[in-house]
Amino acid sequence: MEQILEVTGISKTFPVQGMFGRKKGGVSAVDGVSFSLPKRGTLGIVGESGCGKSTLARLIMRLIEPDTGKVRFEDADLLQMGKSELKGIRKHIQMVFQNPYSSLNPKLTILDNVAFPLWANGEAKEKARQNAYKYLDAVGLPRSYAAKFPHHLSGGQRQRVAIARALVLEPEIVIADEAVSALDKSVQAQVLNLFQDLKKEFDLSLIFISHDLHVVEYMSDEVMVMYLGRVVEQGPKEQVFGKPAHPYTQALLKSVPSMEIQSRTLEEVAALKGELPSPLNPPSGCRFRTRCMFAEERCAAAAPPPVEVGTGHTAACFLLEEHS
Amino acid sequence: MASNIQHLTEATIGKDRVKEPSRARELWQAFCKRKMALAALIVLMVILIGCLAAPWTAPYDPYEGAVKDRLLPIGTPGHLLGTDEQGRDLLSRILYGGRLSLLSGFAPVLLAVLIGGGLGIAAGYFGRLVNMVIMRSLDIVYSFPAILLAIGISASLGPGISNVIISATVVFIPPIARIAETAVKEVRKEEYIEAAISSGASHSLVIRFHIFKNIFNRLFVYSTTQIGICLMLASGLSFLGLGVAPPTPEWGFMLNNLKQVIFIDPIVTIVPGVFIFITSLAMNLVSDALSDVLDAKG
Repeated sequence: MEQILEVTGISKTFPVQGMFGRKKGGVSAVDGVSFSLPKRGTLGIVGESGCGKSTLARLIMRLIEPDTGKVRFEDADLLQMGKSELKGIRKHIQMVFQNPYSSLNPKLTILDNVAFPLWANGEAKEKARQNAYKYLDAVGLPRSYAAKFPHHLSGGQRQRVAIARALVLEPEIVIADEAVSALDKSVQAQVLNLFQDLKKEFDLSLIFISHDLHVVEYMSDEVMVMYLGRVVEQGPKEQVFGKPAHPYTQALLKSVPSMEIQSRTLEEVAALKGELPSPLNPPSGCRFRTRCMFAEERCAAAAPPPVEVGTGHTAACFLLEEHS
Repeated sequence: MASNIQHLTEATIGKDRVKEPSRARELWQAFCKRKMALAALIVLMVILIGCLAAPWTAPYDPYEGAVKDRLLPIGTPGHLLGTDEQGRDLLSRILYGGRLSLLSGFAPVLLAVLIGGGLGIAAGYFGRLVNMVIMRSLDIVYSFPAILLAIGISASLGPGISNVIISATVVFIPPIARIAETAVKEVRKEEYIEAAISSGASHSLVIRFHIFKNIFNRLFVYSTTQIGICLMLASGLSFLGLGVAPPTPEWGFMLNNLKQVIFIDPIVTIVPGVFIFITSLAMNLVSDALSDVLDAKG
């Protein structure tokens, strides 16, 4: 399948400054992440909060400048682009943000919030507004909302506006960063379905970031599991959810609350012990080893390389090397 | 979902844009509920209009006095506020003098908002080096006591109302820039700024539509609180002789002239002072109410 976006070895370490601006160290937020997004496909990115999912999204958008890596989009490397080139390409990749209460400008009407990206790209004001109406329709917001301000709207409605704004530039790729996390469960389902519908209607490729495994399972074709800035497992949804290979993915899947009343042993529920270690001083070698029940000495020595465990399905763990 | 979309749009077919109740009207109604502030606004308007229309409202020529009418007390028929040490009608001089006094109260704040607001927005928006250079330079100015700085600048530029305005402007730039910078830094963190940047918008567009609209209330309210202070500062400079040249009427300078007769007729002496006080107080009451009303409305 044709890949619309290819990310190779992207990393970002945020410097931590002590007093008087001296460098004290760095927070390794994203470390050597590679993936590709198939055209018209959906890539789900899961992981606990703080594992670098949102940073990754912002690195791809170049809202944060990456330290190293490549982002290839339509035969161009986004990270090599100058400012003016970047401006032209930005409209092809749009983002839906996490917090619907912060992602809309409270001083602009709903219509102007949606129309702004068009003004930014040189369209005349009234024409942009006419165009924006179409996208309000597409996300299922009545036109009577156009003149309202964001504080009149509920969280779900605001997120619809945010989606309309992301679509108005007719992007090829939409990155949804925890786009439904702030919403009620019932509204979540509506917005997820809206994403599915719009994806078909506008031929979108989607990167769907969430900490919610159910959401990712529902939305994605491909899944990537992140832990502390690194990819621990990636592959087709059926394989990752059906035959999780990495101890972290297994633990994560077990810790998901389920509606099925089965005899779940206490051991299983407590599969994931402790807190996420601080990214300021991440564990050496495999970053998951501090919480892994299979951890050995060699896990501290070096980072395990990704091992192919199925077609297009890789996981980064030493344990898997032996089996293959 | 598709049926949902249809259902929602069908309900609103034909309605293009529904008019929301005007924001300005809502704010005005909220303002009117505050009786003190409303009274202060009326007083302020009376003084403002009275002074601006001085050629029509003033009963006498402010420069022409009669020696026999010197220091008439307040309430003398024909001279409502009495007369000064040269027999000039005090009400007329107050009305004419108010034009310069009010100008030197409003103009520096307005100029400081334009300059300081611009600097603060640039500092807050671009951050890092730009922020450092702008804010630290302003800190140097800020570190001088306001009055001292104003006197220093005024004295070195020489007397004259325009120099009073310049020196007061310099005094008010740093605090206004700081307010703007803080407000911008807060707004800068919002996700709609990221969204705007990722849509390819230029900095000027982001600042105009997203930053400025969201800091305007704070900047505006803060600036109105400074007008009263500025009026006092400018009157102070005039009192010290750094403002207008005689015989031009100006409240601060009139106070200076009248202070010579304080033991002869103390009541007449304080008339210009009372006007400085009332105007400044009214201005503060209005800005207090504005801050309440605008904050409540976000």
